[in-house]
Order: sequence, then C-alpha cells, then structure tokens
Amino acid sequence: MTDTKEKKKDVLLKVRDLRIEGYSDEKWIEIVHGVNLTLHRGEVLGLIGESGAGKSTIGLAAMGFARDGCRISGGTVEFDGMELTTTPKSDLRALRGLRIAYVAQSAAASFNPAHKIINQHTEAPVQYRIQKRLQAQEDAMELYEKLRLPNPTEIGFRYPHQVSGGQLQRAMTAMAMACRPDLIIFDEPTTALDVTTQIEVLAAIRDIVDEYNTAAIYITHDLAVVAQMADRIKVLLKGEEVETADTDTMLSSPQEDYTKSLWAVRSFQRPQRSRPKGDVVPVISVQHVDASYTSGEKVLDDVSFDIYEGMTVAVVGESGSGKSTTARCITGLLPPSAGKILFRGEELPADYHNRTKDQLRQAQMIYQMADTALNPKVKISEIIGRPAQFYGKLRGAALKSRVDELLDLIELEPAKFYNRYPPELSGGQKQRIGIARALAAEPSFIICDEVTSALDQLVAEGILKLLDRLQKELNLAYMFITHDLATVRSIADEVVVMRRGKIVEQGPKDEMFTPPHHPYTDLLLSSVPEMDSNWLTTLLEERGVDNVGEAANAK
Amino acid sequence: MGDVASLILKRLALGVVTLFVISILIFGAVEMLPGDIAQAVLGQSATPENLAALREQMGLDQPAIVRYFHWLTGAISGDFGNSLVTGERVSSTIGPRLLNTLFLASYAAAIAVPLAIILGILVALARNSVFDRVANILALTAISSPEFFLGYVLILYLSVKTGLFPAISSLQGDMSFGDLLYRTFLPALTMVLVVMAHMMRMTRAAIINLLASPYIEMARLKGVPSWKVIVFHALPNALAPIINVVALNLAYLITGVVLVEVVFVYPGVGQLLVDAVSKRDFPIVQACCLIFAATFILLNLAADVGSILTNPRLRHPK
Repeated sequence: MTDTKEKKKDVLLKVRDLRIEGYSDEKWIEIVHGVNLTLHRGEVLGLIGESGAGKSTIGLAAMGFARDGCRISGGTVEFDGMELTTTPKSDLRALRGLRIAYVAQSAAASFNPAHKIINQHTEAPVQYRIQKRLQAQEDAMELYEKLRLPNPTEIGFRYPHQVSGGQLQRAMTAMAMACRPDLIIFDEPTTALDVTTQIEVLAAIRDIVDEYNTAAIYITHDLAVVAQMADRIKVLLKGEEVETADTDTMLSSPQEDYTKSLWAVRSFQRPQRSRPKGDVVPVISVQHVDASYTSGEKVLDDVSFDIYEGMTVAVVGESGSGKSTTARCITGLLPPSAGKILFRGEELPADYHNRTKDQLRQAQMIYQMADTALNPKVKISEIIGRPAQFYGKLRGAALKSRVDELLDLIELEPAKFYNRYPPELSGGQKQRIGIARALAAEPSFIICDEVTSALDQLVAEGILKLLDRLQKELNLAYMFITHDLATVRSIADEVVVMRRGKIVEQGPKDEMFTPPHHPYTDLLLSSVPEMDSNWLTTLLEERGVDNVGEAANAK
Repeated sequence: MGDVASLILKRLALGVVTLFVISILIFGAVEMLPGDIAQAVLGQSATPENLAALREQMGLDQPAIVRYFHWLTGAISGDFGNSLVTGERVSSTIGPRLLNTLFLASYAAAIAVPLAIILGILVALARNSVFDRVANILALTAISSPEFFLGYVLILYLSVKTGLFPAISSLQGDMSFGDLLYRTFLPALTMVLVVMAHMMRMTRAAIINLLASPYIEMARLKGVPSWKVIVFHALPNALAPIINVVALNLAYLITGVVLVEVVFVYPGVGQLLVDAVSKRDFPIVQACCLIFAATFILLNLAADVGSILTNPRLRHPK
C-alpha cells in the first residue's frame, strides 16, 4: 500500500457510465445505473453494498460477462486499452482465465464435483498453451504452497468434496492465479467461511495478490473484511455509487448518510439480563446430552446448559460444532442417545412423536433461510394461521383476528400482507413471517437458528430489534444459534461456546467477552475482523502466519 | 469401494424379491384366463375321458399353489416345462429366439445410444436454435408414431420403392455377419427411431439443467470454450439421469419389440409370445414374461449401479 502513488501511473481497467439491465416480468429493467470505476495495476478496489446493490453484476461486467437474463446496455468497459463491450465473444473468451480471472463466493459449488482439483486448475494454462500439463501441475503445487495449503503436492489430486471449505477457497484463488492474470475479481470469497478459516484465506489472498502485483476487485458486504483487503473502497446502493475513497478515509470519515448507517449497524446493543434470583426452574434445561446420527460418530458429547425465562442464550461455534444438532435434540427431531431435556423441570419425551401437543407448542423454531422455510405456494394468512389453528383450535373470525394480531406484532400491515405469497416478499419480511409463525403457537421458548446470517446488516438489525421487543412483551426465552459474534454481542445474555460437539465454555456475556478466555473462545473472538485496516496485519504478526485458521484450530 | 459392492448386493437381492413377486403375478394372471387348456389342445370333439387324462398328464388336476411351486422350482433350475402345442422343451424353443431378439436389440442399441447422446449434446450446445428445434420435432415425430406405422413407412420407402433393403428379415443359419446386419437393418432402424427421442431429450435436459450451476459459470469465466464446457463440465455430472433413461430404453428394445418383429416377420421372442398367447401355450407365455421381467430388473439395476459409479462422492469417500 505504500507505493500506491507509483502504481497509479498505469490504468488497467476503466469503466464509464456502466449500465446493466436485468430481464424480469418480461421486460428489461435497469439494475446498474451508470457506475464509474478506475483501477490501476496492482491496486485492490473494494466494492461494498447490500444484496441487490449490483456488486457481483458489476464485477462480472468488468470481465465483459453478463449472467443469463442480464445484459450490458450502456457505457464502456476498457481493459488495458481494449473495449470489452464491443469485443467479439471469442476474443472476450480468450481474455478470461488468462488476463482476468474470477474467484467465486462458494468454492464448494464452483469447483466441478466430477473432476480433481488440479485438473480444473491446469485447464486454463493448458488451453492457452502457456504451460504443458505437467508443468502446469508443478506450478499449481507451487501456488498451493504459497497459499499455505497442507500437502501442496498431494492436495490437488483430491476431488473437491474431499477438501475443506477454507482449503477449497484457497485452491480456487490458486486456480485464478494459474495464468498470472492482470486482474482478479473476488466475489465474496470468504462469506461462506467460519471466522477462524476466513483469516487464513484473507491472509493468503492478500499475500499472493501482493506478490504478483495483481490488480483486484474485492466484492463483499462485510466492511471489516474489505478494510483489510482494499486500497480503495467504493460503496454501492441499488446499482448506484454512493461514494468512493481511500480505505482509511472511508473508515475514519465517511461522507454520505448511507455509508454512515452501514458503519453504525454494529452499535445496536440491548442491556444484558441476568438469571432470576432464588429458586427458579429454567424453561429449558439440557442435561448431559449425547447424540449421533445413524450409526455415526458422536456429534454431541455431554452437552448441558439452562435457559431461563425471558433470557437469550447464544450458542456459538463454527460449522460442525453441533449447534444445530443441539436444537434438533431439544425439539425432539433427533432423540439423544444419552441425557435428557427438561421443560420447566419436567422431562420431555426424547422423540417428538411421543410429546403432547402442549409440549410441542412450547418450543418453536425460526430458520436461517426464510426462503426455503416458507412454502412458496401457501398464503401468508395460512402460513401463520396453521399453527394457531392446530395448537389454539381457532376457527373463522377468531382465527382471522389472531392472524391480524400476529401480523401487527411483527410490524407488517395485516390488510396488505394477509393474502400475499412468500415469493412476493423481501428477505426481511419473509423472516418476519417466520417469526410470526413461531409466535402463533404461543411458545415460551424459541430456537433462532442463524436467523440473521442470510440478511443484509440493516435488515438483520431490524429483525434483532423485533426479536428483542417480542421477548420483552411476551417474556420469551431464546436459544440463539449463530456463528456471528457481533450478533452475540448485541443481543445475548448468556453465551455457550461449542466446538466439535462439546461445550468449551459458558457463562454470562460480560464475563465471556472479558479476558481471561478459554483459548478457543479467545481464538474465536480474536478472529472477528475489526474496522481497522491494520487489524489483519497486526493479528498475523501476533499469531504468526502459520498459526491461523485451521492450524490454530487444530490445537 | 466396499460400500458400492454391498450396495450392488443389496440391489441384487431386492431384484430377486421383485422377480419372485412378478412370478406370482404372471402365474396368477395366466391362471385367471378363461378357458380350459386341455379343451384348447384337444379341440371341440374331445371326450370327457380324454380331457381328464390330459389334465392329469399336465398336472392340471392339482391345486394352483402346488402347480405354481412346481413351475417355480423348475424355472429356477432353468426348466420351464414343455410347450403345450409342440411338446418341445420351452427352453429349447425360446433359446434361439431370445438370441435373435438380443441380437436385434444390441444392433439397435449400438446405433441408437451413441447417436442419441451425441445428438443430445449437440442440441444442448445449440439450444433454442433452428437445429435444436428441427432435431426435437423429428425425434418427437418418431416417438409419437406407432412402431408398426414407422416400420411400414420404412418398408415402403427403403424397400418397395428403392429396393435398398429387404422388407422381410428371414434368417438362415449360414448367413455371414455382414449379411445378417444388412437383412435386419430395417427392423433395427425402426427401433432406433422409436427409442432415440427419449435418450436425446434427456441428455439435452440433463445438461441444460446444469448450465446454471456455479461451476459451469466458473468454467466459462476461465475461458473454456462452450463445447468443452458441455462435454467436460456438464456431461459428467449429468450422467446419472441419462444412464437411467438409456437403461429403460434398452429394456424396451428387448421387451417392446413385439410389433416390430411381427411387421418384419423376424423370428424373435416377441413373435413367439404373440403366437403362444393366441394358441394358449401357457408355459411359453409364462417363460417369456419372466424373461422380460428379469431383463427390466437387471437393466434397472445396471442403471442404478452406473449412476452410483458416476458420483465421485461415492467413488472417492473422504
């Protein structure tokens, strides 16, 4: 970053008044409204914005590529003196992979499951006749080593499903580097990863981009991440530029209100509550639960924690730590192999088939993907009305007024939403319907499984505030499953840290967030990117490059 | 690979159970047919004594369950009994016919399967083009026409009008392989036309279905040419549904040839079955049905195993 001025001489990519249209409802609608962008050799530009801001679309347009159902309708994209919007398709194709490469969000989905990783890596260099196959393989191994993948000489000969997500993401970065392109588009490369894995991928990407002086467009919705990676940041909103500035300037003094609101999201915090005094029975008590899926290894090992009325217990941990399995045990979907679940001191039957309607009613769930958790062919009124009918035996006018009441409760206007279908709603609205459905059963305990992780930050904050209000009004107990520590900070009363099916540490939030921590909690906490452009550098210096991510996690 | 072996064994065992159930259905269906076999064999003028004697000789006086198990135990050891009409062993009557049918089916399959898959890839590559539409219309026309109609059309144009191929596929023992291929070309072509549409359209659909996957977009963004995207990136992942449709069509080639064999007077199992039904030669009917059922089961088993083997997650566990 120090020699930015020197690099600035040479413009690599110049986008002017870029307009992109998307096809929907049988007409073309403009989704990107005249964006300008200049990128110099070796420079990293961060594109940031919420979903629907057009980040990915702009990123792909920088390669002269438009997804099916999209078209570049105006403006210019000039790459190293070549106008990409008018270049014939075959010439465009010859640029891709060779001079401009792409790193996708989900490496697991973007590697072809039918071929070995290294064969996918060597595809581009062999096709462009830069290297012979064996040469390209050796080069791949060298890149794997630079990206600090374990067993660099062997890992490429595995199939994608045999490699972990963080490793795949680095292998994909290596693949993008195969032809040593001038420009790489990184499209949310770490969004799908756990925080501890994210660090090593970020570090690896940053080092290799630096080493080969590759220019990059880094697309993300996470401000703290982009602060580590980019020289400059451009904020987008609904296909329009909000503002552009150097990373440090952008972090310290954002100009526009929208940018400031993005920065401010992380500030929501509700006061922490503590357990009621005296001899109070917890709403849910998980006692020494073991569980495993059919004839597999134990996925839960001696898990115990209590949740008291009106309190929020956040269960945190990385993917595979057993958070959702615990929820499945509590709801009776997966009968535990040992231990028991108590509801207000009474033992619940292990299998939900054996529970009474009233026991079933008490524990409800809200899911991560509101899209898939709501039947798209069923009206909102029926989605919410069904549990009210099933548990509350409501009919006719009583049912309708209950549905209206629930819609009011989640701050959606009943008259407007009563007869609509889920696909007509936005992500945040769908999640609210999910909440209403859970409330319709009048539960005393709700499991929120990553309810905000699929949502944009502003929308997520709205959901968190709603959940908080409902908790106060209805005295609900929440079990809040998440991997996002920022969410934990804002709404939890108690925290349970899980790792590989075991509880590592648990306690009130204030204690959990102040040292001394259990080493694993410490690893999790210190892995959350901070809004400081030197955070990653400092962290790597503290820990050492070989002691982050999976390496640190193994200890 | 141990998983795959045990899986195949499991499927095979299931196949045997299915076959057993089907054998009951076949026997039951034949049993329920109206009419008396002895009467049919001896004709209207038979005396009651003669009828009773014949029934006893054929074991018809025993209860159905006893006869079923008698038939089943025989069938397991390859003895399907004797033909009621000619008195010959069923196995020696069906054997050569079955070989003929298998020959015709393999002949048609050897043309239809590669052609259908290649065409399917080509239309997927040129999707929504004129070529795609024309190929689809032709394939659908072929599949929508009855086999006998297609057969007669082919005879009219390729045999009667132009004299290119013989209209009747009579076989002699001493024919050379080339001659055999030449004489059976028209029935084979008819069957190719009948089964191709399915396989071609499934190949097209399975490939196009995958074109929205992130890894296909990735391949495109790596600059891979579009034919390579389809052949190397989409096709290997689309094999499972294609294999299943191919297997179903292969089974059809063996079991659905009745009409084609009749049109071309081809001495195969299908024609034998039609003859046997009209003459109430039940041992032959039962044996043919059992063979057809076994064919279906085996080919579906092969398809299951094939689609498992194309899945790298199962071939290379973690």
